[in-house]
Amino acid sequence: MAWSKKDYDDIPGTFVFDGRRSLMGWPLNKMCMSFNDEAKRDEFKGDVDTYCRRFGLSEDQIQAVKDMDALKLMELGGNIYYLAKLIGIYGLNVQDVGAQMRGVSVEEFKAMLLAQGQEEV
Amino acid sequence: MATIVGGFTSSHIPAVGMATSRGDFEEPYWKPFFDGYIPVRKWMEKVKPDVAVVVYNDHGLNFFLDMVPTFTVGAAPTYDNEDEGWGLKTMPPVPGDPEMSWHIIEHLVKNEFDIAIAQEMKVDHGLIVPIQVIWPEADTWPIQVIPVAVNTVQHPIPSAKRCYDLGKAIGDAVRSYPEDKKVVVFGTGGMSHQLQGQRSGFINKRFDLDFMAKMIDRPEELTKLTTTDLVRDAGSEGVELIMWLTMRGALGKNVKHLHSNYHAPISNTGSGVVLLEPVD
Repeated sequence: MAWSKKDYDDIPGTFVFDGRRSLMGWPLNKMCMSFNDEAKRDEFKGDVDTYCRRFGLSEDQIQAVKDMDALKLMELGGNIYYLAKLIGIYGLNVQDVGAQMRGVSVEEFKAMLLAQGQEEV
Repeated sequence: MATIVGGFTSSHIPAVGMATSRGDFEEPYWKPFFDGYIPVRKWMEKVKPDVAVVVYNDHGLNFFLDMVPTFTVGAAPTYDNEDEGWGLKTMPPVPGDPEMSWHIIEHLVKNEFDIAIAQEMKVDHGLIVPIQVIWPEADTWPIQVIPVAVNTVQHPIPSAKRCYDLGKAIGDAVRSYPEDKKVVVFGTGGMSHQLQGQRSGFINKRFDLDFMAKMIDRPEELTKLTTTDLVRDAGSEGVELIMWLTMRGALGKNVKHLHSNYHAPISNTGSGVVLLEPVD
């Protein structure tokens, strides 16, 4: 099995959700998709480990879910739109995890966003 | 005959849906954003379009990765909004116009756009938020929709040029519909934002403003952008700008620019509004 090199592979700090990532992330994304149902979210909260195993997540993926490590989850094939549903269960939003992935505080992350909006162009 | 009366682009940021539900129109963070919609609301009130063809992308409400159509045209009498999993309020169902949907579908397939056809389809914030922002006080939606869902989640995604061409074909289809209907075309999503990776939070104001300007008079230039160009310059989720080009294609060569507004950031996004009218 081989994956061809892509011209977007070199864009810094960026995951392009292509077939390679989607194949790797399938069980993780499928589990996250189930969280559109409130009962499933409750079931997950009740027993994270069992819920993850039912969807066939890898040990690394399970650990990243338990750690709510967004960068790791994306490295392991998670897509943000499905992960958003998991992130919500942890009471976080896209700014919280944006800061986490960038390695800064949420306040610093928000200040960075504001600064980009105020740039003179 | 049906006519295209206008085209409208808008970001569809979920936080906007939440702020609209809360009525945060005058809050300092939100005011410069919401004020950008006042001319659009006035135009809708004046023109009263019957139908909106809404070009948008789904974010994991109706579509999962098991089946990813590049383009899907809805043909349902009504479209439900449901729980997206992370706290967005569920909005009332949106009425459709299945007869016009089928007319568009027939025209597109005849013209070699191999779309998917959906007679049951849930619509998420990508379609709802721009409608909600225009009619925040409505109990029922004052417009029928024809959803056109474009895959921007699973790469490879359609090119800017393909979307522009699809828009042209949608425009031709609407203009050949035999019933007198006023149709507005929405292109939702964007502008620059990135929700993934260490570059998360990336906004490119210069690119956004340039894109807005070119979209009015020189959209063909924008069709040269590759997906990689868009990911690099507008961010991994900024690729949603292909929906803007779909709308622009539907309006025809010449347009009258009625209004635009840019404000960044809203949440993690550079948000833009453009309102255009076609010129014969």
